[in-house]
Amino acid sequence: MARIHWESAKVSRKNAASKAVQLKPASDRSLIVYFGDRVTLREHERVRKFLRLLEAEPIRGVQNLHPAYCSVMVDFDALKWTHAKLEKTLRRYLRRVDAIQLPEEREVEIPTCYGGEFGPDLDEVARLHGMTAERVVEWHASVTYVVYSLGFVPGFAYLGVLPKAIETPRLASPRRTTPPGSVGIAGNQTAVYPFATPGGWRLIGRTPIAMFQRDRGNMSLLNIGDRVRFVPISAERFAELNQKTPGYPFFVRARSRPLRNP
Amino acid sequence: MRMRAIRVEKAGLLTTVQDLGREGYGPIGVSPSGAADPISLRLGNLLVGNQENAAGLEMTLHGGTFAFPDGAIVALTGSDFGATLDDEAIGLHESFEVRAGQTLRLGATRSGARCYLCVRGGIEVAPFLGSASTHLLSGLGGFEGRALRNGDMLRIGHAGTKFRKRRIPARVSEQLAARGVLRVTAGPQADWFSTAARRAFCAGTYRVGEQSDRMGLRLAGARIPLKRERPMITEGVSLGAVQIPQAGAPIILFVEQQTTGGYPKIANVISADLHRVGQLRPRDEIRFEEVTFMQARSVLIEQEKMLASQVIVE
Repeated sequence: MARIHWESAKVSRKNAASKAVQLKPASDRSLIVYFGDRVTLREHERVRKFLRLLEAEPIRGVQNLHPAYCSVMVDFDALKWTHAKLEKTLRRYLRRVDAIQLPEEREVEIPTCYGGEFGPDLDEVARLHGMTAERVVEWHASVTYVVYSLGFVPGFAYLGVLPKAIETPRLASPRRTTPPGSVGIAGNQTAVYPFATPGGWRLIGRTPIAMFQRDRGNMSLLNIGDRVRFVPISAERFAELNQKTPGYPFFVRARSRPLRNP
Repeated sequence: MRMRAIRVEKAGLLTTVQDLGREGYGPIGVSPSGAADPISLRLGNLLVGNQENAAGLEMTLHGGTFAFPDGAIVALTGSDFGATLDDEAIGLHESFEVRAGQTLRLGATRSGARCYLCVRGGIEVAPFLGSASTHLLSGLGGFEGRALRNGDMLRIGHAGTKFRKRRIPARVSEQLAARGVLRVTAGPQADWFSTAARRAFCAGTYRVGEQSDRMGLRLAGARIPLKRERPMITEGVSLGAVQIPQAGAPIILFVEQQTTGGYPKIANVISADLHRVGQLRPRDEIRFEEVTFMQARSVLIEQEKMLASQVIVE
């Protein structure tokens, strides 16, 4: 599990300029672009800029991109490209990365009903940290998280950084199935399970919002770089919100603008 | 003209609708899915006159029973599941006509893990992100996002009525059937393992574990230790990556794998041998053979040339 280091912006700007980007073959049809060897917001921004550039100016024969904390894997058609040729082309893109403007970050609020049947592991997490369940919830909801990447299943967003006070190892044995919308914590990260899948994270609450919906314009509620806050709600409010509505943006706004539907 | 159908009388152990997958959605965490043995699917489609990427049925270890009320042109590829058409034995790797009312029955495998049923016109399902492939873990794509069940009705796409019998020569299907050796290239964390460990990895025999599926194949055999414990930052994983988790026993990541992962990868199965992974079944014994990236690419180019030229029209 990656530990996320929250480097101060000043320090990381100084370091980033001197770090060369490394490209390494991963298979006969993929290579990984490493922006650094530590997880920092600065490297993550470069990941996002690189992704944005590749999506705006796609390279023919590039078949898939796997962004992560400080790297991007590039899958390519091995009949069209060799590693050496693709590296040459990618380095031309990489020279332009720092000048790319990222769009204003979106802030997404996730209404969450904590504890009870929705958060079967909340009491254990509280016990492990010698605090009340209410305090765990306060800590969890006190932070604005960053979506570092998506993986595991569609719409599963890895969010960091969980406050140190409630960092908790994952379950010794994963659950065979996790209710969709379950909010979990593991290590120093948190996430919401979009589907009923096996899961090893500690479940502390549940959201009624669909994290992934195939008939919605933006299928995955969360995308890389989004900021996320969890908002505690009551069981009654959960029941109210727990309908499948195709138009979701109740809780999404640009950081500088107020909520459209408060 | 109304749509023709296939009635699933018995679904078999794990039968899903698959095409060649949906590439390009890594950023939202959607893995490509698609046929575990893509070469067999492509060949099956060519045999019945479809585009290579048409949707067919992927059967695993034990096949199903399918009734064709309207008839169809069909081909079976991959492994031998002992198929009969109205109780008459029917072979692999050649297209055949199923008359209206006939029933195709498949049983337990006599060789590898998977058998593909391709039908002229393809299997029609609502596409998800441009593909008919099923992703079982998330329940997306394919036929209602799940494995087939007894009683399901599948729709066959429209197709021309002209039919020419086609077959694949035995030497080609025999060549493709080999699955005991997987050629690999060095993985991104290969240098985290000592030379001795890497040698042991290629010298050893591994047995495919029971807990193997479309997400990954667990291998039992010699444990491969890291030079030293070091934290790994989660990064993208490629299809066929050989991952060494803490316990030391390798896992081959497969078509429904996650798009990113946090365990060191010692090697990666070459693209040309991925179809072999799709035919591996529990208790199969395999070994790895390391090749260079250049060699991997040459093998792939040769394989594509071979596939482009080997379907015979009678």
